[in-house]
This record gives sequence, structure tokens and C-alpha cells, in this order.
Amino acid sequence: MTWLRRGSSEPLWKEEFPVRTADERYVTRRQLTKFLVLTSLGMFVGNIWILIRSIFYKAPIYGHQPVAQLGEIPVGGVKLFSYPSKDDHCILIRTAEDEYVGYSQKCTHLSCAVYYSQAENRLECPCHKGFFSIKDGAVLQGPPSRPLPRIVLEARGEQLVAIEVKG
Amino acid sequence: MPTSNDLPPQTRGLTAIAGAMSLIVILLIVQIWLLSAALESFLSGKLHTALPAAVFSGVMFLICLGLYAFVDRVDSEVRGSGNGR
Ligand code: FES
Repeated sequence: MTWLRRGSSEPLWKEEFPVRTADERYVTRRQLTKFLVLTSLGMFVGNIWILIRSIFYKAPIYGHQPVAQLGEIPVGGVKLFSYPSKDDHCILIRTAEDEYVGYSQKCTHLSCAVYYSQAENRLECPCHKGFFSIKDGAVLQGPPSRPLPRIVLEARGEQLVAIEVKG
Repeated sequence: MPTSNDLPPQTRGLTAIAGAMSLIVILLIVQIWLLSAALESFLSGKLHTALPAAVFSGVMFLICLGLYAFVDRVDSEVRGSGNGR
């Protein structure tokens, strides 16, 4: 059986491997165009995948977990903990006498661990110098485009309890 | 002054294909940007951007497909006429 290209009387193999250089220019351009269109299809499929994930997205349910004792760390001090799972590393900072903030330690750029810089009073990522606000985790500088996820904390008796992750 | 009609069909065909390819490349760049923006907003919890991004990406893919059909047609027409078919 001989495969023919649409609108052509030549067999397909002859069309794809032309003898003349002038014809070959057409083949290479057409093949590159085909590759570009397939890439475009890939992008479209990627967008569809995001759409499907968005449709079936379920807001996670967080458990309550004690992370520190009130007064356990000094003002300006930090404590590392894991929340909601033991692989999600977070940082707790005591910013004032009665004020604590908690953030995910994973930088929103490429997941390096952020640390608290007391001198600058901000969270810093050492990898590409991404800086985050201590107030709300917003990006102050650098390549990250999203704020750090914030850990919602609640004081229960003498304990500080993590109840939710925001952002 | 010579016009594009004075050029041989082989050259005209290549110019048309180059034009179509440039358009496809531009659309691809926009699609890549759209995909990264949609992913970024999905990861930051904004789910409402996914639908318009998917629709626009689909439209751009269809335009690319149309341009490929155009390239394919020019290719077979020009090479057909060049070969005396
Ligand atoms: S990984 Fe944090 S700034 Fe790049």
C-alpha cells in the first residue's frame, strides 16, 4: 500500500525526502511548523490540566496542633515546627511580648528554607535573596511572586496552637 | 518597481510560510506566558483564572492549527506546481 499526501500524486516517502534542495526547504519548514503546533497543543493540555485541578480542588482540612508554650521563646526568637504534616516545615517568630507569627519555611520561589533576620526584621531566603515581610509574609524583594503561606495561630491557655494555613 | 507577484512561486511560498511560522511563534510565546500565569495563580489559591486561561489557550492552539493547515497547503501547491503536476 502506498501512502499519499492530500492533494498529491507522489508517494508520501518521496514527498518527505525530496531530491531537490529547493523542495527540501519546504519539508524542513513544514516539519518545524508541525513541531511548533504540537508544542502549542502541549501548552493547551497544560492549561486544561490546571482547569481540571481547579474544578476538583478541595480545600484541605487542617488539624489543630500545639506548636509552642507561651513564653517559651524570647522576643525576637524563633522556633521551628512542622505543620500540617511533619514534612511541612514552618517557622514561629515572637515579634513582640504578646505577638507571635508563623509562616511556612518553604520559599515560594524554589522551595529553599527561609530564615528570620532579626537585624532587618524580615524573613529571608538565602538562595536568590527573596525577602518576605514579617507582618503578612508578602514579598518585599526578589524572585518569589507569591507571599509565604501563613500559619494561623491561637493561644489556648499556656499553649500556642496552629489551626490553619492561609495562602 | 517589482511587486511580490513578480517573484517565482517557490520564493513567494517560502515567504508566506515564514510569515505563518512567525505568527505561530508569537502565539506560542503568549501561550507559554498564559500557562505560567495560570499555574502561578492556581498555586496561590486563585482558582477563577483557570477557565479563561484554558479558553484562550485553546483558541490560540486552533489558530496555530489553522496556520499549519495554511503552511501545508502552500507547501503542496508550490511544490506541486514546481514539479509540473
Ligand atoms: S528559592 Fe527563595 S528566592 Fe529563590
